[in-house]
Amino acid sequence: MADATTGKNDELVLAGRNLSSRLVLGTGGVPSLDIMEAAIRASRTEVVTVALRRVEVSAPGSIVDVVRRTGVTILPNTAGCYTGREAVRTAHLARDAFGTDWVKLEVIADDRTLLPEPVELLGAAEVLCGEDFAVLAYTNDDPVLSKRLEEVGCAAVMPLGAPIGTGLGIRNPHNIELIVEAAGVPVVLDAGIGTASDAALAMELGCDAVLLASAVTRAHDPVLMASAMRHAVEAGRLACLAGRIPKRRHAQASSPFEGKPDLR
Amino acid sequence: MTVAKPRVVVVGAGIIGLGIARDLAHRGFGVVVADPDPSRGATRVAAGMLAPVAEARWGDERLLPLALESARRWPGFAEELANESGADLDFHSDGILLAAVDADDRSVVEDLQVLHERNHLRTTVLDRSEVRDLEPALSPSVHLGILTHGDMAVDPRRVGAAMRACLPRLGVEVAASRVEAVETDAGRARGVVLDDGRSLASAAVVVTAGAWTPGIAGIPEDALPPVRPVKGQILRLRGEPLLDRPVHAFVHGNPVYLVPRSDGELVVGATQEEMGFDTRPTGRGVYELLRDAIAVVPEVAELELAEVSVGFRPGTPDNLPIIGESRVSGLWFATGHHRNGILLTPVTVSVVADGLTTGTMPREFLPYSPTWPVRRAPMMVPT
Repeated sequence: MADATTGKNDELVLAGRNLSSRLVLGTGGVPSLDIMEAAIRASRTEVVTVALRRVEVSAPGSIVDVVRRTGVTILPNTAGCYTGREAVRTAHLARDAFGTDWVKLEVIADDRTLLPEPVELLGAAEVLCGEDFAVLAYTNDDPVLSKRLEEVGCAAVMPLGAPIGTGLGIRNPHNIELIVEAAGVPVVLDAGIGTASDAALAMELGCDAVLLASAVTRAHDPVLMASAMRHAVEAGRLACLAGRIPKRRHAQASSPFEGKPDLR
Repeated sequence: MTVAKPRVVVVGAGIIGLGIARDLAHRGFGVVVADPDPSRGATRVAAGMLAPVAEARWGDERLLPLALESARRWPGFAEELANESGADLDFHSDGILLAAVDADDRSVVEDLQVLHERNHLRTTVLDRSEVRDLEPALSPSVHLGILTHGDMAVDPRRVGAAMRACLPRLGVEVAASRVEAVETDAGRARGVVLDDGRSLASAAVVVTAGAWTPGIAGIPEDALPPVRPVKGQILRLRGEPLLDRPVHAFVHGNPVYLVPRSDGELVVGATQEEMGFDTRPTGRGVYELLRDAIAVVPEVAELELAEVSVGFRPGTPDNLPIIGESRVSGLWFATGHHRNGILLTPVTVSVVADGLTTGTMPREFLPYSPTWPVRRAPMMVPT
């Protein structure tokens, strides 16, 4: 993404790859392949995450075929895994199926909350980092766990804003700020985004990118929402770089009395 | 006086292929239907909900008029077939109940209510106690229901069997062979080649092979419909009848439907998986279906689990069926019906039969034709 005014390049480097879009899309819940393709294009994303357990990679005309046609990088994920062991095995299958060392590591604790299972997650991350995977870890909004994931070698940490599919936005912005402050790797806000302002807020808090799926795929008009998300992520990033003004308790006129032209 | 009409080969004996064969035979065409395993594809596994309203979703606005038109034709279609075959199709027209289990599901159903109102679809909203007055077997946790008045249900296996029973009297030959290839010559379909080596010459070929369509050789690439298999796992249970009408429920965000038959069978479906032709039922598939069905109707836990099956819906990139003559003259397609094959059978049958009789597609159905230009154009992308 280039800054419109200064023309400066503001690329994200994610696991050694330069990206000009700071939006990552998931495909879960998409109503049709045509809509998915148009939404990917409208979002201008360069990375799309696909659940290995939910697709047969070699099936012709499948989701994977359509995603590939848009020219984006595929980030396989381990959605549907409940133990570290399953997640590691699924990552191995993903490496063979997609020919990539990238993996979005997801280890889920239970069906009701779909929250990450932190102990299994950290263990699996350590194993996969030891095997030279570029691990992008889906984690709770926990600054301590995020730091531990970075220390075992994760290429990015992906804290949730709210549980998957809830669209509740960022429930603990303070924690996200703490994670961003401490992080030495990119922070990708993952899960919980409901609408464009949530994505903009994530970027304003200093996240390096936003990953979302349901907010687009389950919208009444997914293609329009994909476009909204693209603009929101860009706006939030620019606002973060520009620096917000301090909040005040009382009003302050934008045109102060000093130096005001005397038009009498 | 009727003049003998030319021969048509129908590729695939699901209910759409059989329905087209039967209709064409009534009109005096000579018809051969080829299928190695008649009515053993999507027809065998489908639950048979005829639910243009209960299954209407945001973004499917282009499907809705076709779905409503076909639903309008179903009662007459069923009656005529029942009379001709003497079979009971287990046809019901008591509506379908959309049900929400938790507060989150309630907002999903309320969002659909907006869609119903916007499209003037006839429904009745029922509160917690009204829902259970209508269907006492439902769990007390069901929050809200919407009764969709125009929706119906039928047993697709019975429909397939009834259609097959009609064919001998009509002089339709059913060849238990797989069609290897469509033969074309100078941009015209000339017939098919069967897997036993036989060639069948015909004036027209109608491909109703569902998800298996791309496996047929000889179809030029630019005429081949873009269908893919969308795997579905579906269960059949048996025991005391629990429901008077189908229930389509949302259970903690997951859709599940329960379709009762008069003989005590209860169909519970279905998963939707992008797994190619993966024929395996899975632990998760069966577990999630049962878990959600039991959350809606607790007594489902006591029924006999009689059958677990896997089927393949013919999915298309825009979720619309492909009905009509292709760019190869005389080569017709009726496929890509995805989740709506049973519902769309009457309208599909008459569009193809009318088209073959008159040589042109009825104008209002042109948007579903394989050659309709916008079908293949990319969607508008906002900048």
